[in-house]
Amino acid sequence: MSQAQDTVELTKATLSRDSRVLWHELNLAIKPGEFVAVLGPNGSGKTSLLKALLGLLPLSSGNVDILGRPARRGNPHIGYIPQQKGFDADTLLRGRDLVRLGVDGARFGFRKASLLAEHYIDEVIESVGATAYADMPLGLLSGGEQQRLRVAQAMVGKPKILLCDEPLLSLDIASQQAVTKLIDMYRRNHGASVVFVTHEINPVLRYVDRILYLANGRWVVDTPDVVLQSQTLSDLYGTKVEVVRVKNQVLVVGESGVRVSQEAHHGGEA
Amino acid sequence: MTLPFYLSEPFAWHALLAAALIAIICGIIGIFVIIRGMAFAVHGTSELAFTGAAAGLLLASNPIAGAFGGAIVVASVLGTLGVKERERDANIGVILAFGLGIGVLLLSYYHGFATQATNILFGNIYGVSNGQLGILLGVGLLVLLATAFIYRPLLFASVDPEVAAARGVPTKLLSIVFLYILALTVTAAAQIVGTLLVLSLAITPAAAATRLATKPKNVIVLSVLFAFIASVGGIVVSLASNTLKPSVCVTTISFALYVFARLYGKTPPSRKATSL
Repeated sequence: MSQAQDTVELTKATLSRDSRVLWHELNLAIKPGEFVAVLGPNGSGKTSLLKALLGLLPLSSGNVDILGRPARRGNPHIGYIPQQKGFDADTLLRGRDLVRLGVDGARFGFRKASLLAEHYIDEVIESVGATAYADMPLGLLSGGEQQRLRVAQAMVGKPKILLCDEPLLSLDIASQQAVTKLIDMYRRNHGASVVFVTHEINPVLRYVDRILYLANGRWVVDTPDVVLQSQTLSDLYGTKVEVVRVKNQVLVVGESGVRVSQEAHHGGEA
Repeated sequence: MTLPFYLSEPFAWHALLAAALIAIICGIIGIFVIIRGMAFAVHGTSELAFTGAAAGLLLASNPIAGAFGGAIVVASVLGTLGVKERERDANIGVILAFGLGIGVLLLSYYHGFATQATNILFGNIYGVSNGQLGILLGVGLLVLLATAFIYRPLLFASVDPEVAAARGVPTKLLSIVFLYILALTVTAAAQIVGTLLVLSLAITPAAAATRLATKPKNVIVLSVLFAFIASVGGIVVSLASNTLKPSVCVTTISFALYVFARLYGKTPPSRKATSL
């Protein structure tokens, strides 16, 4: 059987901003169906990595390929799920409109979405369990409901890669689980790759194939068992870091004064 | 003189035709003005239309052409200075103050009829000549077509800028294009209600519409309808009354519609809790 083409391939990718190196000569190849979590402290370049994949941020050096071609703006094979933001109560869109923008929002011109597309939009909304509130104004929906619609919006273009930027932030635990499950289901059904930026590994840990951990311009990428070790992270941070497991929860704890990924602060909630 | 008499006069038809077209574009643009939080941009660009009009008056005795030319200049300057929301308002304030000063200076060199100047500020749709009506129609159609062409990406970029950018929508370019559309629309509307009262067509109808409808399409239809009732209705009332200025009638009708919408519109529905 021939090897499936990598969906994302970073080769010796370096990104510097304001003379600070975010990551240096990063190598990462992601397979179809793979779930990669991206961890690291604030400012370690997690979101910038997604922007590079989206073709919105050029690398300082190295290559980033999407499905074998250099990353470019507006690639229809990429779906994007941002962190939940509160829509104003008077936001003009209903849930359905948000999802529809995933189909035709980037298209200029006078053509309307076809009837076929409308049926398909209904289907996708159904598949994320949002039918009951799809016709309500977005501003009246809870964070969890909005994020389900976000997942639908990203899925509706049938992307081969899902980029998620802290999609669970400020959601309650039940919604975190529901949204994560939807993302996982999509990647299984469609063989899509998931790149999931988070500061909180626990809600997604059971789905994660590999972890990319960014810190201090350095990086490490491997399976959770390897990355989430005191030795691995201590080497990465260049200082003593302890990985503690409590009841299937992973906590990363630094010595006082050392900023590590924020699991240490949030782990107790999950 | 009576309304039927006026309606047989070309100047009245010019006014009604211009008012109808301006209502349509204002109703549509107003929605985006609200979503993008650009009320101050409307006010700023419209007041600067005064400067353009004064220049047009002085140089070519054509305030409308001057106002449109000025609108293009203003949009270009604002677009160059930056379109991010926070810096934008400060930029507009700076340009507005300086631009109005120039307008006053220009006007001091103008020795024609003084009413020409106040017409710019408070509107004089009855003074629209054939040539000016042509300009108005041309600009109106251009704006209408451009807006329809960029409608979806503009909506996407306006309500959901982060995801829109991720999906490849050129959000920054659209901000600049919308500045031009806005400046042209506002300048056109200023011909009816005057630069000082433009908000009554460029925001009030849209604000009323958002109170009464939820579906984006319905909001736009309502917004256009309200703008139409206000501008065309305002002119008809003004003609019928024989004394009232059209801009007064337009702003009053527009405001009345808004009050109606506030009174009878949706209170944000309290919703049942949906378990996740």
